Amino acid sequence: MSAKQVIKITVNGRAFERLVEVRMTLADFIRQELDLTGTHLGCEHGVCGACTILVNGEAVRSCLMLAVQAGGARLETVEGLANGNELHPLQRAFNDHHALQCGFCTPGFLMTAVAVLKENPAPTREQAREAISGNICRCTGYQPIIDAVVQAALELRGSQREPSK
Amino acid sequence: MKPAAFEYFAPATVDEALALLHEHGDEAKILAGGQSLMPLMNLRLARPKVIVDINRISGLDGIAASADGGLAIGALARQRAVEKSVLARERHPLLVAAMPLIGHFQIRNRGTIGGSIVHADPAAELPALSLLLDGEFLLARKDGARIIAAADFFLGYLTTAIEPGELLTEIRLPKWRAGTAWGIDEIARRKGDFALVGVAVRAELNGGGILEDVAIVMFGVGGKPQRIESAEAVLKGRPIEPAVLRVLSQAIADELEPDSDIHASSAYRKEVGGVLARRVLESALARPARTPR
Repeated sequence: MSAKQVIKITVNGRAFERLVEVRMTLADFIRQELDLTGTHLGCEHGVCGACTILVNGEAVRSCLMLAVQAGGARLETVEGLANGNELHPLQRAFNDHHALQCGFCTPGFLMTAVAVLKENPAPTREQAREAISGNICRCTGYQPIIDAVVQAALELRGSQREPSK
Repeated sequence: MKPAAFEYFAPATVDEALALLHEHGDEAKILAGGQSLMPLMNLRLARPKVIVDINRISGLDGIAASADGGLAIGALARQRAVEKSVLARERHPLLVAAMPLIGHFQIRNRGTIGGSIVHADPAAELPALSLLLDGEFLLARKDGARIIAAADFFLGYLTTAIEPGELLTEIRLPKWRAGTAWGIDEIARRKGDFALVGVAVRAELNGGGILEDVAIVMFGVGGKPQRIESAEAVLKGRPIEPAVLRVLSQAIADELEPDSDIHASSAYRKEVGGVLARRVLESALARPARTPR
């Protein structure tokens, strides 16, 4: 029997308050308590990256955090990328470049890419390759993922040059 | 693949943490970055009854200049913070250059300097670096504190001299001598995997190109990081020539007695270790030494 604690957390801009078992991982919390099943469990010991989300803007392996550790934090998951029906440029690029097949690893790659492009908006192919190396994909062979990240980076940079209203 | 139940505490101060550790003794495990402990708990290879989560303690994550010209790093400093620290790069270029070898950036966002050191995985970079850099560790306990040299801290596989009730709070690295050559590299099947064998070196040449001082530490080659004094003796006072470096590779291969495991055989680690040491030393000496005074 594991003790429970109340946590307050913001996910994709929405505030939540929940009572959780202290031993529940953040990944399980997001999936089970918040019904945000876009974050996937591939290995549950920190090697595959399928569970990658942003915590306070940083990419982390949510299977290696406890939910109670994220109290007061600002989380971003894959569900928060699209703007209604409008896909995020990374999602569009993944689609365009066939950077997913079964899609199991994809949320982790997307969130990793979001973090990478925030820090390095103009990665070379080599930098993109290195940046995604903490995420495992069994389907695509990685090249289309790198293509997609580089493409999305271009597009995100381009849209930043748009004059603001 | 879920952790077994545990009691959870998230103290707000070091004193509270120490009181908890004192109370719970060897039933308590510190949770810092979680990048080593959580996998073990999720796989139920570790089932601590009590978790003391130190992430809420402020003031444990500093990266500060110390008076002797070295660095004082809080145990909770994230590996990624050290990687990006201008001060750390100025004062200990080897430490910062080694950070990208640790796993992947997502791991380094949470993983801490102190956590890696106390966890003491024999394939880890930070224990080996702390040994090479003559680091010291500040261990706090309820009734006091002690300082222990890295050379005395690592005892064996996942085993250190830390006692129940103690908390590593600070890692102190003495002043790095300007002009010292440095290098680190590791062999892993994929970049970011645990090292099969790794080498870190520092070396000082005199004006005539003779090696005056050299330290070679290897990791992944036994239960703990290993300083290869016999190899250092081969090099000291000699010019760096191919013949000398060949002797070095052989001396290292002869000295190492690594275990065989599912990742690599003992023979592999011996041979690769010798070659890697030579390459790391060569690249160290080829790199222009740009450390500031």
